[in-house]
Amino acid sequence: MTTKKFMFVNRKAPYGTVYALESLEVVLITAAFDQDVSLVFMDDGVYQLKKGQQTKGIEHKNFSPTYRALEGYDIEKLYVDRESMTARSLTEDDLLVPVTVLSRDQLTSLFEEQDVVLSF
Amino acid sequence: MKFGIMVNEGPYQHQASDTAYQFCRAAIARGHTVQRVFFYHDGVNNASRLTEPPQDDRNVVQRWSKLAEEHGVDLVVCVAAALRRGIKDENLAPGFRISGLGQLVEVGIQADRLVVFGD
Amino acid sequence: MLHIINKSSLERGSLDSCLELIGTGTLLLIEDAVYAATRGHASSGKLSEIAAKRNVFVLVPDCEARGVADRLIEGVKAVDYGGFVDLVAENPNCHSWL
Repeated sequence: MTTKKFMFVNRKAPYGTVYALESLEVVLITAAFDQDVSLVFMDDGVYQLKKGQQTKGIEHKNFSPTYRALEGYDIEKLYVDRESMTARSLTEDDLLVPVTVLSRDQLTSLFEEQDVVLSF
Repeated sequence: MKFGIMVNEGPYQHQASDTAYQFCRAAIARGHTVQRVFFYHDGVNNASRLTEPPQDDRNVVQRWSKLAEEHGVDLVVCVAAALRRGIKDENLAPGFRISGLGQLVEVGIQADRLVVFGD
Repeated sequence: MLHIINKSSLERGSLDSCLELIGTGTLLLIEDAVYAATRGHASSGKLSEIAAKRNVFVLVPDCEARGVADRLIEGVKAVDYGGFVDLVAENPNCHSWL
């Protein structure tokens, strides 16, 4: 089967809307199709990776452990926009998983080399 | 060229479904093929045959059904998103079918372009 | 790359984020995003600057629906749905900034 470069752009915070959760579902399926998968977290999307999510009080499923499981599906390209982290006073230590932090110029190149860019 | 389309929002609340529909019509008029429209999130509500808009409004659901009938566009509703929202085979409008997310990935692989419409 | 924006720049950050990353890409404003391309709008200066270097398009039916088709800033090009399709076809890839 053809291998394409799929990029998932996550720009929304978790729980307030369903997009972060349903994006993860597509990410896992895309990996199952042996595609080249990248995830980008920018704007409020960086909050998806915040450590210490406790969802009992809002009775939502806590899906944040899934980000740690991605490696097991060979999904290792996780990119975070540096400026979005800075604007939210977050550092890499605040995040659930190891990520590659990119500048805006690096992100521009990354966007341009993709075949399919999905955002929710 | 072969297009895949993704619709992430329901009818009437957001313009996304309208814009996606107009895009599909224009693509077909240009001689392109719309291989599949994949409905995800609240977009699955586009498939409910129980919708009854007022007479003087557009019928979003029927419009999609007609596109499928006349141009062979495959209208696929995400099963997990549909079940969460009460969309089932028994209330599915003509031309729609329920299937998995693999259908979205597949059209992403097979089509020349995948265009996303949402909020 | 074709960047598609559909939300008002005064409501969401998608236009600002996109402009940071646009590189050599092309910009298309649809739905509520078209207001940004109108004369005197708070985002119009930024858009004029981009339009001087890059291709910036607005979807005409959305401008007309909102009563702003007659006040678009200079340098912004108008397309209909067919033109939207052409832009997607001409560009190697596209991203909807939802």
